[in-house]
Amino acid sequence: MKPYLLVDFGSTYTKLTAVDLDEEYVIGTSHAPTTVTTNVLDGYDQALKYLLTDHPEIENISGISACSSAAGGLKMAAIGLVEELTVEAAKRTCLGAGAIVEKVYSHHLTKREVRDLKESNIDIILLAGGTDGGNKECITFNAQMLKNIGIDVPIIIAGNKDANDEIEELFEGTNIEYYIVSNVMPKLKELNVKEAKEAIRHIFIEKIIDAKGIKKAEEKLDSIIMPTPEAVLTACELLSKGHEEEEGYGDLLVVDIGGATTDVHTIGEGFPKRTEVILKGLEEPFAKRTVEGDLGMRYSANALLSLVNNYEFKKYFEDDDACNHDIKKSLDRRHNHVDFIPKTKDEEEFDKAIAKICCDVSVSRHVGHVERVHTPLGDMYYQTGKDLTKVSYVIGTGGILINHKDAKKILKQTSKKSDKALELRPTNPSILIDRSYILSSMGLLSQKYPKTAIRLMKRYLL
Amino acid sequence: MKTVVIGVIGADVHAVGNKIIDHVLSENGYNVVNVGVLSSQEDFINAAIETDANAILISSLYGHGEMDCKFFKEKCVEAGLEDVKLYVGGNIVVGKQDNAEVEEKFKEMGFDRVYMPGQKIEDALTHLKEDLG
Repeated sequence: MKPYLLVDFGSTYTKLTAVDLDEEYVIGTSHAPTTVTTNVLDGYDQALKYLLTDHPEIENISGISACSSAAGGLKMAAIGLVEELTVEAAKRTCLGAGAIVEKVYSHHLTKREVRDLKESNIDIILLAGGTDGGNKECITFNAQMLKNIGIDVPIIIAGNKDANDEIEELFEGTNIEYYIVSNVMPKLKELNVKEAKEAIRHIFIEKIIDAKGIKKAEEKLDSIIMPTPEAVLTACELLSKGHEEEEGYGDLLVVDIGGATTDVHTIGEGFPKRTEVILKGLEEPFAKRTVEGDLGMRYSANALLSLVNNYEFKKYFEDDDACNHDIKKSLDRRHNHVDFIPKTKDEEEFDKAIAKICCDVSVSRHVGHVERVHTPLGDMYYQTGKDLTKVSYVIGTGGILINHKDAKKILKQTSKKSDKALELRPTNPSILIDRSYILSSMGLLSQKYPKTAIRLMKRYLL
Repeated sequence: MKTVVIGVIGADVHAVGNKIIDHVLSENGYNVVNVGVLSSQEDFINAAIETDANAILISSLYGHGEMDCKFFKEKCVEAGLEDVKLYVGGNIVVGKQDNAEVEEKFKEMGFDRVYMPGQKIEDALTHLKEDLG
């Protein structure tokens, strides 16, 4: 036996997964409340104790890797020029790096905006604007504004390269910590996230986890290598592409429904599948993540009625659901008690309806859309976003989907719908559930043992 | 290097002329940003902002150019592109109309150069040199 330990410092729980690298199986998992306000290691030690009690056979742990979304996760501000172009490119870069995009600004920053930015509790700023050789006035102006207000969080500059010298001169001699990387949109509509993503991860490892009190954990484990959402995205990408002789699953879509947010990850190019369809807008990332802050099982539950009305809400109940739900009351109850656990069938059915809505709406927002145009040469279609009709697997993760007996039914909400015909949703996917909750751990494990990670995913995603 | 945004406006899918313009302008030392066919006014404007373009060249071959170009200049002004030169060319009006009248109409709409069917691309090159230096 060669045990390897994977740790996820979550906002509520510190979760441990032990795998055996020799036999390639999950030995066991455990969790304990995250103790970020005192000493983060207390929670870790507690979880480890539980794990070792349940599995005394674990000896000589060969290595430990960790990811973190504790203390509010990684919060970023995305700044660009045009909303549909460099602002969108900056946003996608942050999301792909596992961050929460708290603030978004376009065009010239105003004094009010930079004040607002300085007062917010964001961790990193991503400053973009202009294609290479394009507009450099705006990004330089915005850099000046950030300097004037004395911004004290790291800034990643990923805009028009022609502006870099000027910005560097501006920041030199100040206390501003800045990183210059290649443009997130070097040419019109071309997305380039790699370098900026690496910079985000670098700052996360070097600074953020320290500021959030998670650095202490490194005394006992090797290192915290990425934010949890990035670990999930990394795992998905590996599962999709495969590794050496281990074949991948092809294009896939992952839904992660949490208490406050719903994340959707897709892996695949998403190019148009038909010749009469013309792709519009900014290039889509191959591994794409979107986060919906108004869709969640608990904290965000009360926001649901602003998205679907009472009548529409009822459609998400099962046909044979005989319970008489008070929708407003049930939602408020969950919002006010985020640790609410359903006990009766009635409550369980209601949770299921919430999960269906989170699933349906988040996928609507994530997938590409087509729009018909009548031209003298016949009907043509514009496609914005990814065409996911040929996605082969839909995978569910996150509390409700892992534990609910009807998880597959909930995930059916991701597929093609007759009343949403213009959305490019998966037509006939196979549905898998991350029952053992291993996706983020496998993203971590894949950094050192990609082949083991993909084999474990194939075995444990059911 | 001067940057020009080119593309075909509206529900028009004529791609051949667009490719020729792209080729000729690139060969002659322009940084060509091609938004392609089926492009909206906003596509042209957004591209021009991000790339700091000096001119926008709009093509239209299917007869609805006049409708598609309505208020384009006004939108450019709104977006801070008042100094960007605007060119338009192709079959830009419905049916056969007097060339001089058509040119007058589009100039009133705010376009700096207007090209009729049959006009040579070399003319546009000469004009670009004159207008952009």
